[in-house]
Amino acid sequence: MSILRVEGLTRRFGGLVAVNDVTFDVAAGRITAVIGPNGAGKTTLFNLISGAMPPSEGRVVFDGREITGLAPEAVARLGLVRTFQLVKLFSDLTVLENVKIGTHLHARGGLFAALLRPGWAREEERAVAKAAADLLDFVGLGDLADLPAAGLSYGRQRLLEMARALAARPRLILLDEPAAGLNAEESARLSAIIRRIAAGGTTVLLIEHDMTLVMNTADEVVVLDFGRKVTQGTPHEVRNNPDVIAAYLGGVEIGHG
Amino acid sequence: MTAAAAAGPAEVLATVGLTARYGSIEALAPTDMHVEDGELVAVLGPNGAGKSTLLRALMGLVTNGGTVRFRGRPLPRRDPVAVAASGVVLVPEGRGIFGPMTVAENLELGAYRLGRDKAEFERRWTRVFDLFPRLKERLGQVAGSMSGGEQQMLAIGRALMADPKVLLLDEPSLGLAPRVTAEILETLHRLNQGGLPVILVEQKAPLALKLAKRAYLLSVGRIVATIDPREITSYDDIAKHYFA
Amino acid sequence: MLGAVPWVFAAGLVGYALVAGGYMATVVSFALIYAVFVVGLNLFMGFTAQVSFGQNAFAAIGGYSSAVLTTMFGWEPLPAMLTGVCGAVLAALVVGYPTLRLKGHYLAMATLAIGLITYEITVEWQSVTQGYMGISGIPPLGLGKWTVTSDRGQLVVLIAIVALSLFAAARIRASRLGRAFFAVAGSEEAARALGIDVARYKLAAFLLSAGFAALAGSLFVHVVGFVSPEVYGLHMVILSFTMLYVGGIGTVAGPLIGALIVSLLPEAFRGFKDYQDLAYGVALILLLIYAPRGLSTLFRRREARS
Repeated sequence: MSILRVEGLTRRFGGLVAVNDVTFDVAAGRITAVIGPNGAGKTTLFNLISGAMPPSEGRVVFDGREITGLAPEAVARLGLVRTFQLVKLFSDLTVLENVKIGTHLHARGGLFAALLRPGWAREEERAVAKAAADLLDFVGLGDLADLPAAGLSYGRQRLLEMARALAARPRLILLDEPAAGLNAEESARLSAIIRRIAAGGTTVLLIEHDMTLVMNTADEVVVLDFGRKVTQGTPHEVRNNPDVIAAYLGGVEIGHG
Repeated sequence: MTAAAAAGPAEVLATVGLTARYGSIEALAPTDMHVEDGELVAVLGPNGAGKSTLLRALMGLVTNGGTVRFRGRPLPRRDPVAVAASGVVLVPEGRGIFGPMTVAENLELGAYRLGRDKAEFERRWTRVFDLFPRLKERLGQVAGSMSGGEQQMLAIGRALMADPKVLLLDEPSLGLAPRVTAEILETLHRLNQGGLPVILVEQKAPLALKLAKRAYLLSVGRIVATIDPREITSYDDIAKHYFA
Repeated sequence: MLGAVPWVFAAGLVGYALVAGGYMATVVSFALIYAVFVVGLNLFMGFTAQVSFGQNAFAAIGGYSSAVLTTMFGWEPLPAMLTGVCGAVLAALVVGYPTLRLKGHYLAMATLAIGLITYEITVEWQSVTQGYMGISGIPPLGLGKWTVTSDRGQLVVLIAIVALSLFAAARIRASRLGRAFFAVAGSEEAARALGIDVARYKLAAFLLSAGFAALAGSLFVHVVGFVSPEVYGLHMVILSFTMLYVGGIGTVAGPLIGALIVSLLPEAFRGFKDYQDLAYGVALILLLIYAPRGLSTLFRRREARS
């Protein structure tokens, strides 16, 4: 069953067509990867799906409901949450506070709760703190909870952003290059984390250049080049596709792990 | 100078007991490392090991202690402009290009300290396009609108416009497709073969080790091993070094 | 805990004023009124990272509501004050709804205009505000027969109000509401991607800050007994910005520390006579150089990278 359908999605910037008539389905509960050269339109595609920018043409259907052109916060409310290629953390806050913010949609405290802290609000705060701490442990940042987020290394900032997105309890999570800045061993651990996310019922759509991660993690791979979908298939099919090798992989050996 | 006498003849850049701290937290324990003439040295290690911090400390971009020696002479400790002026040039993590400016403007800014020496400017300008022909096609384009790979080329090109005597690179492969990564590392190899000493921080250890003459392995803020890439025959060897 | 240093310092200063009374009590009273104003400003500029040059407009609404309702209609100070605060919040709603969609410099310019317009109104609407003449004979704070007339008494009331304001700011800081403010400050894009309605929280911070501004504006007229347009001029904006940055923008203690320091510095330099302003200026510059994130952050651990 498909949880996300992208249909004829197109985005133009002036004369440039960043995403050109792209159509594909994301199967519920599975892990789908989008790969392609730099500048192929992958991040623009994420922007169109998550509502960060409206498409020029085409539609996005999430869980049977058209979300084309909805504001990002409305898309998030429906259970579709993303991370960013260039990490966007709340860098003045601590690691833990960042993840707490992620729980926003699942808490309800306002001014009244803030000032008077009635019983239910204290209860809610405890639950938020617990959920955030658990998620930090899940991505392996539990020891760093009280550091300022800006102090984390690049790779860890990406993991933090992922934990923050998970705190919103998405049904579909979009991960934009989660493994950038991770070494082989860390990327292998990330692969296990992503599989556990999917096993927990959250569908994963990710952009990634780390081919080892894609090959070991994804159930389905969509390949973009010059804004167009080149092919789609299992990791095995895609890796042996001559067009993909020419446009993307080059002569580089893949799958070191 | 005594420091010069103590240094080996081939040593270009060396640290003696270099440390770095962020507030009360020590991010780099006293570190001795060096790069020799024509050498490409890789710095490897897990996330948070202090690789970027090492480069930032070398440049004087963080609160640091100890000594950095360049051709036998100590460099100023907390003055990145002076460090860069002496020929130690950093291509930072995340590229740090000037997004709203054109490619040409970015490159011109790389030669900021050159002044009006037209002939020298031309020489550097030509060398950049010789290494990255793609940049020449993009001269008038706004840098921020280019693909990640092109931006990385621009970042390196801009550093070359400063005519570095040592080039420091912080994860040039970050966020790049495999083919572009290979292309960029190949160019680095060419630059290094041309005699430019390079310190390369890189997460993609197998690729870095293909180019490097030596590699330092960092963990929790200190150098835990020096690797000879010739002794590394398989990926498992690095893994052993890495996680032992 | 080093974190307690700013609080101990502030408590010491205020305590001293309470004991000393007289002129010192008056100076600290004004500082505390400003502290209330800056607590509000901090919610909008510090927590939420938006810019407003027009908070003096809301102080004016608070002050003039108090003045007019008590002198012309014989209201009690407390309901007059409350009406002023509600009026200011309402005005902020009307003004904020369209302007908060503007970003950065545009928002700053729009708010600046609001401050200037309000100033013009207080000058021109003479039948109510009596123009430049101002309104005098405004009753002091009180409830029924019980009024606070002594310097020390006023100081005690102001201390209580400032303490409550800071308490509110601290609680907001540690709540879901505060986190949403900080998320807007950190990255609007990321906040929206997590389902946070950025426009709504900007407006909420703006309304809260307007409420505090009106409260401060109203406190001022009841303490001084007089109001004129000049009270809420542009200098109020400049002074409150200085206080916010000197004390520490985005912190809880910052507004109080900033208000106290910036109010007391000129007094400390009185001995410099003709050079008083110069010494004050130099002191401010030194503060901003050596404590760029504000005095209240001096005793905090600096950021770390790992």
